[in-house]
Amino acid sequence: MNDVAVVGFAQAPAVRRTHATTNGVEMLVPIFAEVFEQTGLSKTDIGFWCSGSSDYLAGRAFSFIAAVDAIGAFPPIHESHVEMDAAWALYEAWLKIRMGEVDTALVYGFGKSSAGQLRRVLALQLDPYVLAPLWPDSIGIAGLQARLGIEAGLWSEKDLAEVAARNRRDARDNPFAQLSGDVDAAALLDTPYVADPLRAHDIAPVTDGAAVVVLASAERARDIVERPAVITGIEHRVDSPALGTRDLTRSPSTEAAGRAAGADASVEIAELHAPFTHQELIVRDALGLGDGVRVNPSGGTLTGNPMFSAGLIRIGEAARQILAGNARRTLAHATSGPALQQNLVAVLEKG
Amino acid sequence: MGKQRTAVLGTGQTHHRAKRTDVSMPGLLREAVDRAMADAQVDWPDIDAVVLGKAPDLFEGVMMPELFLADALGANGKPLLRVHTAGSVGGSTALVAASLVQAGVHRRVLTVAFEKQSESNAMWALSILPPFQMPVGAGAGGYFAPHVRSYIRRSGAPEHVGAIVAAKDRRNGALNPFAHLRQPDITVESVRASQMLWDPIRYDETCPSSDGACAMVLGDETAGDAVPGGAAWIHATAMRTEPTTFAGRDQVNPQAGKDAAAALWREAGITDPLSQVDTAEIYVPFSWFEPMWLENLGFMPEGEGWKLTEAGETALGGRLPVNPSGGVLSSNPIGASGMLRFSEAAKQVMGRAGDYQVDGARTALGHAYGGGSQFFAMWVVGAAKP
Repeated sequence: MNDVAVVGFAQAPAVRRTHATTNGVEMLVPIFAEVFEQTGLSKTDIGFWCSGSSDYLAGRAFSFIAAVDAIGAFPPIHESHVEMDAAWALYEAWLKIRMGEVDTALVYGFGKSSAGQLRRVLALQLDPYVLAPLWPDSIGIAGLQARLGIEAGLWSEKDLAEVAARNRRDARDNPFAQLSGDVDAAALLDTPYVADPLRAHDIAPVTDGAAVVVLASAERARDIVERPAVITGIEHRVDSPALGTRDLTRSPSTEAAGRAAGADASVEIAELHAPFTHQELIVRDALGLGDGVRVNPSGGTLTGNPMFSAGLIRIGEAARQILAGNARRTLAHATSGPALQQNLVAVLEKG
Repeated sequence: MGKQRTAVLGTGQTHHRAKRTDVSMPGLLREAVDRAMADAQVDWPDIDAVVLGKAPDLFEGVMMPELFLADALGANGKPLLRVHTAGSVGGSTALVAASLVQAGVHRRVLTVAFEKQSESNAMWALSILPPFQMPVGAGAGGYFAPHVRSYIRRSGAPEHVGAIVAAKDRRNGALNPFAHLRQPDITVESVRASQMLWDPIRYDETCPSSDGACAMVLGDETAGDAVPGGAAWIHATAMRTEPTTFAGRDQVNPQAGKDAAAALWREAGITDPLSQVDTAEIYVPFSWFEPMWLENLGFMPEGEGWKLTEAGETALGGRLPVNPSGGVLSSNPIGASGMLRFSEAAKQVMGRAGDYQVDGARTALGHAYGGGSQFFAMWVVGAAKP
């Protein structure tokens, strides 16, 4: 089977609100142009297109159909779509290259969270018969998860504030970040609760955004870039949706995916998709990443959370570190669903 | 090492009805999944991954329902993927599931597609008007009627051809114990006497709106070899997309469909589809799409698809039986309709189609389309290994 490498990555600026339509076209067109510039490829060179987005985020049926207008898909293209974060669209594209059906693929994700009230929209992911009618929103559920960890002695509110402060500091070097700055963890603890024990800094901002990644077979990749980021392992797993029946302070699906993908302490950099501070600690622990691993040098999801592309951006950022010559072995993680229900792990190495 | 050989090990579907208020969504899915797993003679530990497909989430009112369905689908601790590509989604979902085996990642994959419109209100879901987009305001029938009128004008087809398709598919549906509409006594005359809805599409030429699900278990070569009576081997797959609207787009005979078919026949080594394919399950939600797709797929030259239908060659016993299961005109659980086409094709080459079995079927086509005829997914399955 063919090895697959990341050869291009671009993202739209993470912003609180764009004036664009919910189908993502205005955010996607410029970043398509950017990856074509990076790779020297054009639309007709792409063997397979795959995207991730959500109709509920857009507040309409078939939002991904209009996004195809960003491609200019005539002559017709080989194309597919997942109703998931685009990290899983990348997984589908990885399959197509791996089996030799195509040797290049373009993966994109987009989401305009500002079109609705994100925390309430996400409540509609819950069991529609017994849980969703109670409207526990996404921040409330994360609050319960954080509280369980505090009571189990796994982390403190101060630990969480330190995660937030570190990510904000790192985001100062990321021109696409929505939040950044030199903040003091102690000062953050003086701010009010949003959903006890979570404060504003513990919660990823509401973001409009989009991202695109270009994949190629390892063989083709060498002609496109000097240092392709070869995907040496990519795996994903899901946990039970029944929040009351699983230990929310752990992430067995991340653990299993990480083990299968070859995650270990030898990765230099890890980009983790953690929309809440305590979730970064859970994922870090599940992947067995020691203190030597640099986590979220981009500032992570806590400084910009474009729904349905935030996971893909983790893969793009992890790859960018290799493409740019900053690292030889990196890891990316993506999550979906309430309280880290579904998780994907990819390990990348310099090809 | 290229694509790994992949086979359908077993299939299952629900009894399709307008409203399946007797079951929850997990209950509906399990009806199809349990039948598919029994048909494939596999148990939960045999399943490596699950791929779910359905049309818009707004049809049930649940965002990404695969998340809450993970328990019922036995997916906990396993990979779970969710596909959404409009009306072609049931077909695309099967193709993603096939990819998992073809790429050598998994040995056995469960795939399922469903729609349970009775949970919500599909007309509401389709009536949201996004800014900057032309409202259709006429439902799917109103959208496609101009394409049908254009086809009739271009081909010079006689006006009763649509009724021939409808009467044939509904009579076929009467042979299928799972079909939503089962009308053994329907005739061309009774179809032509039914209410005109969107000229020239009459009430009896229109698909129903169904609750239902379809599931399949796909496996690798070793698993396929072990199927008693023989598996359905995947010989070729194809997917194509074009934009919904652009100047000069041929909506009657879309390029994306032609391109997908050409790629499909090439991969399957088929040079004369009409002679080499024994039966076809084609996505026909309105009667006239049978002759239109016969041309788009290359079974007949452009403008002549209706001649095959009019001659009775698409009926059971004809040269190319089309939709022997009754097709979309007899059951339409939207997200599952494409997978039903794919699985019915598999059942034919496995010899498991019961009363609507096409004698000696060795090679079959499964086809799905979606949106405004801009998304296409298809496969060719055969009784013999590719």
